[in-house]
Amino acid sequence: MAQQVFAYIAHKEGTADDTALELVAAAKKLDPNASVTAIVFGPDAVCNDVAASYNEVWKIGTDAYPNAEVIRKALVNILPADAILLVPHDTFGMDLAPGLSVKLDSAFVADAVDFEGIEDGKLKVVRQEYSGMVSTHVLCDISNGAVINVRPGAFQPDESKSAGGQVTDKTGDAGDLGETTRRFLEIVEAEAGDVDITKSEILISVGRGIEDEDNLEIISELAEAMGGDVSCSRPIVDAKWLEKSRQVGTSGQTVKPKVYMALGISGSFQHMGGIKGAPFMVAVNKNPKAPIFQVADVGVVADILEFVPELSEKVGEAK
Amino acid sequence: MEILVCVKRVPDTSENEIEINNSGSDIERDDLVYSVNEWDNYAVEEAIQIRDNVGGSVTVVTVGDDESEEVLRREMAMGADNGIHLLDDAFEGSDGKGFATILKAEVEKGKYDLILTGAQADDGAGQVGGMLAAMLDYPYASLVNKIDVVDDKKIKVGREIEGGNQEMNEIQLPCVLSIQTGINEPRYVGIRGIRKVASVEIPVHAAGDLGIAPESVGEAGAKVKRADYFVPELGEGAEILEGSTDEVIEELIKRLKEKGGIK
Repeated sequence: MAQQVFAYIAHKEGTADDTALELVAAAKKLDPNASVTAIVFGPDAVCNDVAASYNEVWKIGTDAYPNAEVIRKALVNILPADAILLVPHDTFGMDLAPGLSVKLDSAFVADAVDFEGIEDGKLKVVRQEYSGMVSTHVLCDISNGAVINVRPGAFQPDESKSAGGQVTDKTGDAGDLGETTRRFLEIVEAEAGDVDITKSEILISVGRGIEDEDNLEIISELAEAMGGDVSCSRPIVDAKWLEKSRQVGTSGQTVKPKVYMALGISGSFQHMGGIKGAPFMVAVNKNPKAPIFQVADVGVVADILEFVPELSEKVGEAK
Repeated sequence: MEILVCVKRVPDTSENEIEINNSGSDIERDDLVYSVNEWDNYAVEEAIQIRDNVGGSVTVVTVGDDESEEVLRREMAMGADNGIHLLDDAFEGSDGKGFATILKAEVEKGKYDLILTGAQADDGAGQVGGMLAAMLDYPYASLVNKIDVVDDKKIKVGREIEGGNQEMNEIQLPCVLSIQTGINEPRYVGIRGIRKVASVEIPVHAAGDLGIAPESVGEAGAKVKRADYFVPELGEGAEILEGSTDEVIEELIKRLKEKGGIK
């Protein structure tokens, strides 16, 4: 592949995000011979942090983050016409990348989980649809460049630190970095709830399979019997049946329990992204094809509305 | 405020098991239950609430086949004032840019202050809103979970970001926003509401009406194409406990005790 590969480096508090090394692996999978350039908007500490892992680091000295509009303009100014840019598919990447691909007149693929080679100028990308129930191969014409959002966690981080790149300051080429039609105001921190599920050792987590708010009682009963806390997936919070502070997932809490009961949860990657520390995971779902069964340790194919009350009773007896 | 909401008819994943057809070219679409994309429904509710607060109108638009008209009617039964159906064989097989190109042409026929899309769809990539904004040179924000109208020139929006936090921005109008679920509680639509709008005429616009060159959209214009569907093999997967309910529960309790799952 003749084109240059770039990686957008996400960072926080002066440290590169885990995705910085995942994108090294992604770029190598894309093209084992690619020379990969990291693009860092912000501090020198992050540039130095990733320099060992990338062939080159381009620094743009600005605190424009999280204004995707300003960062988009800068990227349009500094990237070559047919660049392949990898971006973490996080909430910032989703804000930035689709519009960037329009301005670069290049192809766009969201939420890539793997690459399977290039044929006739077309990159074969693996994506998932329908909350991970099916996967697809997508052919992307990269001849005029591409912006590809890569799912965090999909590639194992490349820890080899074998590139040893130089940091080049590209701030002068980035153009005007002032805000225009969109102005960042502030981050409003999530409200703390009555229970801190990030500290729980046993989580009884409920999803869409509960069907009705009144049925939540059976979940509380099981949590009480097992000595755990109730958590949930996103649809339960959207329906306002439980507080946001009980939501597990990338847009909720990151938890690290010893035991995780996934009840009526299909197991989207956004949900799984909030579970760390490899807990013992039990999935109960009436759909035998639910993606949660691919990641759980033990599975039960059953309707939680029937199964959970019986389980609670037996757990109570077994104590 | 004149508001346009882009909606889409999709298979309802809460009602269906999604399976792949024999050739792997598509999902099995016989017997699927379709509905309006869940995220789009929140976007329409938000638009209706804004209109009710500050005045104006809500128009829903979709790019889709004949059957997509039903989602326009559903959203009009919710309270949207107008519907527009963008329908042409040339639109089939469009990628994200294709859809954004078609929608841009429709946007330019009207005069909208605010354009909303759903943040994503189960069969999509969460891309059309951002592309549409870039094509129109309008500001954009994704994953929006709060909108406050400041005046007729600007709004304040909250974006849902990692960890349940919210990123607040001030954005000038006109703009495009993609709406996250949970921003509101979409109202219920009954059969009576749908009957009331059953005979309202919905204009249909084809490529020619929109001044779109057919080869710039659809399969012909797509740089990104789905080749096939498959079921991923991800490791060993869960050990499925089998037997009677009593046997399964007994085994499960044994495992949970071993792992410290029962205190």
